[in-house]
Amino acid sequence: MPKHLDDIALTPQTEGGFVWRSRLEPGRLPAFARTIQDEGGQLLALWGSDDRHLGRNFTVHVAFLSSVGLIWTTSELDGEQPAYPDLAHIFPQADRMQRAAFDLLGIRALDAVDNRAWLRHSAWTEDEFPLRKDFPAHAARRSPRPETEPYPFIRVEGEGVHEIAVGPIHAATIEPGHFRFSVIGDRILRLEERLGYTHKGTEKCFEGLDLATGAKLAGRVSGDSHTAFAWAYCMAVETATACSVPERATWLRALFLEMERVANHLGDLGFLGNDVALTFGFVQFWRLKEDWMRMSARLFGHRYLFDMILPGGVATDIDARGKAELDALCERIAGEVQTLRHIYDEHTGLQDRFANTGIVAPDMAARLGLTGLAGRASSQAWDARVQFPCAPYDRLDVNMALQKSGDVLARAEVRFTEVFESLRLIRQLLERLPTGALRAPCTQAAGGCEGLGWVEGWRGPVIVAVRIGADGRLDRVHPHDPSWQNWPLVEVGVLGNIVPDFPLINKSFNLSYSGPDL
Amino acid sequence: MATFLILQQILKTGIVSEPAPEANPALRTREQALHADILKVFGQAVAIRHVDTGSCNGCELEIHALSGPHYNIEGMGVKFVASPRHADLLLVTGPVTRNMEIALKRAFEAVPEPKWVVAMGDCGCTGGMFGENYATCGKVSSVIPVDVEVPGCPPTPVALLQGILAAVSGGRQAGVG
Repeated sequence: MPKHLDDIALTPQTEGGFVWRSRLEPGRLPAFARTIQDEGGQLLALWGSDDRHLGRNFTVHVAFLSSVGLIWTTSELDGEQPAYPDLAHIFPQADRMQRAAFDLLGIRALDAVDNRAWLRHSAWTEDEFPLRKDFPAHAARRSPRPETEPYPFIRVEGEGVHEIAVGPIHAATIEPGHFRFSVIGDRILRLEERLGYTHKGTEKCFEGLDLATGAKLAGRVSGDSHTAFAWAYCMAVETATACSVPERATWLRALFLEMERVANHLGDLGFLGNDVALTFGFVQFWRLKEDWMRMSARLFGHRYLFDMILPGGVATDIDARGKAELDALCERIAGEVQTLRHIYDEHTGLQDRFANTGIVAPDMAARLGLTGLAGRASSQAWDARVQFPCAPYDRLDVNMALQKSGDVLARAEVRFTEVFESLRLIRQLLERLPTGALRAPCTQAAGGCEGLGWVEGWRGPVIVAVRIGADGRLDRVHPHDPSWQNWPLVEVGVLGNIVPDFPLINKSFNLSYSGPDL
Repeated sequence: MATFLILQQILKTGIVSEPAPEANPALRTREQALHADILKVFGQAVAIRHVDTGSCNGCELEIHALSGPHYNIEGMGVKFVASPRHADLLLVTGPVTRNMEIALKRAFEAVPEPKWVVAMGDCGCTGGMFGENYATCGKVSSVIPVDVEVPGCPPTPVALLQGILAAVSGGRQAGVG
């Protein structure tokens, strides 16, 4: 049944689902965004597409989070000067997404305050747009490559202010990005991030792939969220092709997603201990994580469960013995994490460093659209598994973890709570796993089709929008990592903190670079 | 209180570093062999600087795993360092994006001679699913000389350790930079 928000018609993507579609004149986007904001919603993603080969123009797509679920708006732009009204003045998290949409497609957000290049450093020129269909997919590497173009960072001036430039290669084993700190003494006055270093043309790589290969690539948008992306992608493809996934397969997908959540949370809880010089915490949590990874490899053949999710279902199964092994490990890990949590709670040195460090207050989190795990640590009570559950979450009664202090401690607490909840869910999934097929055929409707998948990954909501061409191959795929909207909140969280606490604060968010760099 | 609990947990946990009595025997001999070889070839230790030039962060997860207690790499003399100037070996992950090309070349130049390069993962070895396109230069060896390629998506910690060994036991790279 269609719904209306103001006078905008929303069509359900699937009957009884939580994803809604709407075609909207570009000029009506700001008013619609305000309506969403007034009811407490958020902007989750913004991307563009070149639809000229379909007899249309460029299009801007927005995914809004609202009380009815996810609303996917598409707005066709004028052919000559493709542009749409700026949305960043309503939802600031749109800023970098709009800049990326320009870099890749040449569609402009009119009257936007910030028009600096985002993903385009100097690998292509400002009049080239790689996601346009007339831009060759395998463009030869141009040589000589131009030197790095200067990036106009916003300068802080005044007596005693100086800058610290960090990256793109960081001191630790993490992904590349550049951080520009303005400091007085060791207090941070301002942090400006510059990302895009891992931009590897992922969206262009999707074009022309078959549906199964697309699932593999989706899983490699951000390796630590492999399952979330692969599932969201497959959900999009299955929606587009009206494929009905067997029940057992959806339950196994949820099993993999919760296993991924446990793995990442265990690792992060260890690193958080390490960053406050409690090496004991690192060693203990990484011992548990390694046990977890080895169990994954033993049961499913891959430590990170890569390539287990395919369009139409899953590639692997679990037998009674495997279920018993995993169930026993869940029980053991729950007990051990309980012990470690008690130690973290009792450790005054750790508590002193965690509490009141890197605060994102709830009102700031709401204004800037902080999402997922970090959002829930700042009172942003959204978890798609709870409010908008896809199968099998509609039958699992997930409990949402929520904290309000918005500091490192709150983000650690959310992880602890979610580890226990995911272990509980895994045991439920194992116990109640339905019998049946693992995969259904995924055949494409004639004439091209579209779909959007939405999964609550360990870091936050992962969205993948897919268009399949008339030839049955991928025409346009946009994978959206929640790090897009959370990175700007790291800039906020560090304000007034000391530079040596930056690694701790950054780790407490643990955002992806590869995910949003694409 | 916390100190007591920590000591209690440490005692309860014991030593998990492998080789352990009940561990996978294949794993165990490999790790012992690695240890002996690294000492033989290098005398003391090998210092590694990791550079991510566009990885999906899957390879980074396994590098982190290598630092966990099961593997005890520091006990074997393998250490990750913060600066390429302190490193003997560059461990490179990902296809090399054009946005990281200059940074990788500079990091390579900063490593003092003699030096080795290990390309980790399918992307580092071949360009992987991303290949060579408008945004990437493809495999690591298209940008800097590579001594050892460790395939896998991602390679397991043991495979990675074997690759690091293959590099340091294969002789030093001379006159490249």
